[in-house]
Amino acid sequence: MITLYTISTLSLIVVDNINMLVKNIFKLKNLRFLALVFLSACIENAPLDSLSPEGPYARSIDELFWLTFWIAVVIFLIVQGALLLSVFVFKEKPDSPEPKQIHGNTKLEILWTVIPVIILAVIAVPTVRTIFDLANEPKDALKIEVIGHQWWFEYKYPDYDITTANVLVIPADRPVRLEMWSNDVLHNYWVPKLNGKRYLVPGQTTYLNLHADSPDEFWAQCGEYCGLSHSKMRGRVLSLSENDFEAWVKNQQQNANKLEGNSLAAEGQQVYLNAGCTQCHVIDGVWDVQGDRIAPNLTHFANRNVFAGAALYNNRENLSKWLANPAEIKPGTFMPNLELTEAEINALIAYLGTLK
Amino acid sequence: MTKIIEPSKQSSIFRRPSSETGIWSWITTVDHKRIGIMYGYAAFFFLLIGGLEALILRIQLSQPDNNFLTAAEYNAMFTMHGTTMIFLAIMPISAAFFNYLLPLQIGARDVAFPRLNALSFWIFIFGGAFLYSTFIFGTAGAPEGGYLAEEVGWLGSAPNGGWFGYQPNAGMKYSPGTAMDYWAIGLQILGIASLISAFNFITTIINMRTEGMRFMRMPVFTWMTFAVSFLLAFSLPIIAIALFYVTFDRKFGTTFFLTEGGGDPILWQHLFWLFGHPEVYILILPAFGIVSEVLPTFSRKPLFGYAAIVFAGFGIAFIGFGVWAHHMFASAISPVAQAGFGLSTMVIAVPTGVKIFNWLGTIWGGKLKLNTPMLFSLGFIGMFVIGGLSGVTHSIVPADTQQTDTYYVVAHFHYVLFGGALFGIFSGLYYWFPKVWGKMYNESLGKIHFWLMMIGFNLTFGPMHWLGLQGQVRRTWVYAEETNLQFWNIIVTVGAFIIALSIIVFMINWIFSKRNGEKAPFDPWDARTLEWAIPSPTPVWNFSTAPIVKSLDDFWHTKYSEDEEGRAVRREEADQILLELEEDGLNPSEHIALPNPSYFPIVLASGLPFLGYAVIYKSIPLALIGTVLLLIGGFGWGTEPLEEEIHIDSDE
Repeated sequence: MITLYTISTLSLIVVDNINMLVKNIFKLKNLRFLALVFLSACIENAPLDSLSPEGPYARSIDELFWLTFWIAVVIFLIVQGALLLSVFVFKEKPDSPEPKQIHGNTKLEILWTVIPVIILAVIAVPTVRTIFDLANEPKDALKIEVIGHQWWFEYKYPDYDITTANVLVIPADRPVRLEMWSNDVLHNYWVPKLNGKRYLVPGQTTYLNLHADSPDEFWAQCGEYCGLSHSKMRGRVLSLSENDFEAWVKNQQQNANKLEGNSLAAEGQQVYLNAGCTQCHVIDGVWDVQGDRIAPNLTHFANRNVFAGAALYNNRENLSKWLANPAEIKPGTFMPNLELTEAEINALIAYLGTLK
Repeated sequence: MTKIIEPSKQSSIFRRPSSETGIWSWITTVDHKRIGIMYGYAAFFFLLIGGLEALILRIQLSQPDNNFLTAAEYNAMFTMHGTTMIFLAIMPISAAFFNYLLPLQIGARDVAFPRLNALSFWIFIFGGAFLYSTFIFGTAGAPEGGYLAEEVGWLGSAPNGGWFGYQPNAGMKYSPGTAMDYWAIGLQILGIASLISAFNFITTIINMRTEGMRFMRMPVFTWMTFAVSFLLAFSLPIIAIALFYVTFDRKFGTTFFLTEGGGDPILWQHLFWLFGHPEVYILILPAFGIVSEVLPTFSRKPLFGYAAIVFAGFGIAFIGFGVWAHHMFASAISPVAQAGFGLSTMVIAVPTGVKIFNWLGTIWGGKLKLNTPMLFSLGFIGMFVIGGLSGVTHSIVPADTQQTDTYYVVAHFHYVLFGGALFGIFSGLYYWFPKVWGKMYNESLGKIHFWLMMIGFNLTFGPMHWLGLQGQVRRTWVYAEETNLQFWNIIVTVGAFIIALSIIVFMINWIFSKRNGEKAPFDPWDARTLEWAIPSPTPVWNFSTAPIVKSLDDFWHTKYSEDEEGRAVRREEADQILLELEEDGLNPSEHIALPNPSYFPIVLASGLPFLGYAVIYKSIPLALIGTVLLLIGGFGWGTEPLEEEIHIDSDE
């Protein structure tokens, strides 16, 4: 036990030094060029970039990745260097003598068995430590339930009695504990800038922590192949300042108002109530679905900047495309083509716009 | 020399096949060399189909929000690309090498069970045809209750649940129709083929080695065949069981993997990867073997650390059974399991590193002849190292939770299975080309092939590393324009077409050289192993007299001794020995009995697809046809002696 402790402490020291070393290498001007070449391949402004962490969890993963990456680069250079060197030096020339028939070298072979073992041991210690750090439930975390559906994510806030979809709203600079399961097939929840992935499994609960440094918007994407529209199972995570978050919660707890009169929006409410939408979609205060709630809750639809599994931005053009034939946009979707007329679609869009 | 082949009259209840040439001679052959060649061509055919599927995928992905394919078609294409490349291309092309070379390398006339060998090949052919018949007969559609804007079409009516078939998505409720049944039963049939050949090769290696061919004198390629056969024998039963569960879930309403009936979808992942990870080594170890033959030959040095390479191969094979859950780091497994499997995955890097360093030790200080097989083997080392290193980054569990299910993983395993396995295979195809056809391939075309493939390969799979890390998720039919992934996706697609071009160059070289290539000299590479101690193309009887082996690389030592410095010195009598070997090899002095051709392997194999269709369509008549074919095949086989009448005599 003591030896194990010593080894792990030593490894940690080594790891910290390597980290320092790597950071110093980056600072050296003449090597900056090398780093630039590497990074020039990288894409600017990729919203799903796992290499630009914006929270402590993602950052601890990122550090671990770069540590391994630089070690791998060194090994890569050694091996490819040795390979190319051998090819250039020992390439057959007219006057090359017959080579010495060497069958092996025990010392060398032991050396190149032991060195990788040591390198891996060095990587293993922070790896195991981070595995457990990431799995721990953080103190005073906000609990949110994430339910996977083909092909959208549903979010429930048991503390606040809120149900929403597609956009996960979290407080900034406070850890969030996601309790996740799936309603149908396997899904995989991924907000690359905040943490790694975790599966959503039917019949089991899995957990994932998120923590955003500051108020911002992040992209989410389902990682696990989950059928026809897997690629369109996306999401947004919105981290809000404390005040904004409280305001958001208050607003979400309000029911929608039943519209009266002859406005276009009120017509749209009639379409919602009569065309078949009420089979699946809840609007609190207007209609409650009997049986399985297999579609997003629309009570605060206009409050979300994306819809249809975050595959579309919430605007007029997209809504009319979607309502005309949902399967055109998300193949396999459970939302039928209700054969709505253009007038009905316009009315519905007007109504949905009131659901703030 | 004359060959006398007497067709027997009525050996069993049926007549013996008697054709020596033409299509029937190939259909009824039990000759390991012919079976190897057929395996090779069939696997290459499927490699082309799998490649075509890859190109279709790449066209779709060259633009964001592209609509070249529908979602259903895209999903069918990536499922079939993976399934084809693994089960119908790389595995059988390795089987082609095993079949052709294994008996030659251990000094045997054939494998232990020649007819089982033929059976294995025909089951593979029928299994592949069965799987691909899904494009004609299969059906697929939206999950129960879901809607599609357009018909699925024939291209989308193939299996669409991924080559890994994760449950419950690949179950009946979410993948209705018959396409996934074709997948499950197709793999089941293909598994039988692999199991049969695995036991055949194990028996052959244990029992058929020529005098003096001790285990530690076997060529490394034979060792790797041995390791792969054990991997197959232990891993295929697992997937067989799992596939039965799936078929039962889909066809007969059981709930092994369905939560609503108390089943567990994660169980499928465990079973699948408990097979699936050893499968990775099934795909790569043959290439390790090939490279371990090519490097010493063209470096004119013995393999550095022969024993270490052999044991590292078995070490990899053994540890390969203890790392499966690293495919599931983001799945529902505990941190303790994550840590355990992360560490075991790191451990497997050690024997792999040993191999790489020993290969470098082999070429270091050699006299390297940089011809096409050597270039592919050197390319193999370079590319495999990249795949190996990205593999280590997967063992860093937290990092893997970012990488898994992204193109980073796609990049990783293509560096291992394309840059590794396929580069090794091409190296072997060029290396043994003179052995199989007795002619030389065109060196210039070979080099053009290598460089085109090297460039195309790196353009295709290199950018996938950062595409994945920057958010491109696997198995996605479209990606949003705002993800800013477009630029590198175009590069990747261009790279894929360069690979296709290189394959065309390879095919031209193959066809042209096979017809008009220069006649290969005896022992064209100044090689080290037994298969080069016989004439090319290999005579039907392989060895006219069973060779006696006195050391590792025995053939080399008959040609070379060492001076005081340890440098190789060609023996004076070497040329004479080679002349005699060629003369003897062509004119056997003794009576050689060879196994007779037989109709029954193909008859027996032809029953299996009928049984497959019978399960899919729950049809008793089809089941009866299948059973009758199995019975006829089995009965005829059982009542037919292995060898008789056909023999090859020296001058009468």
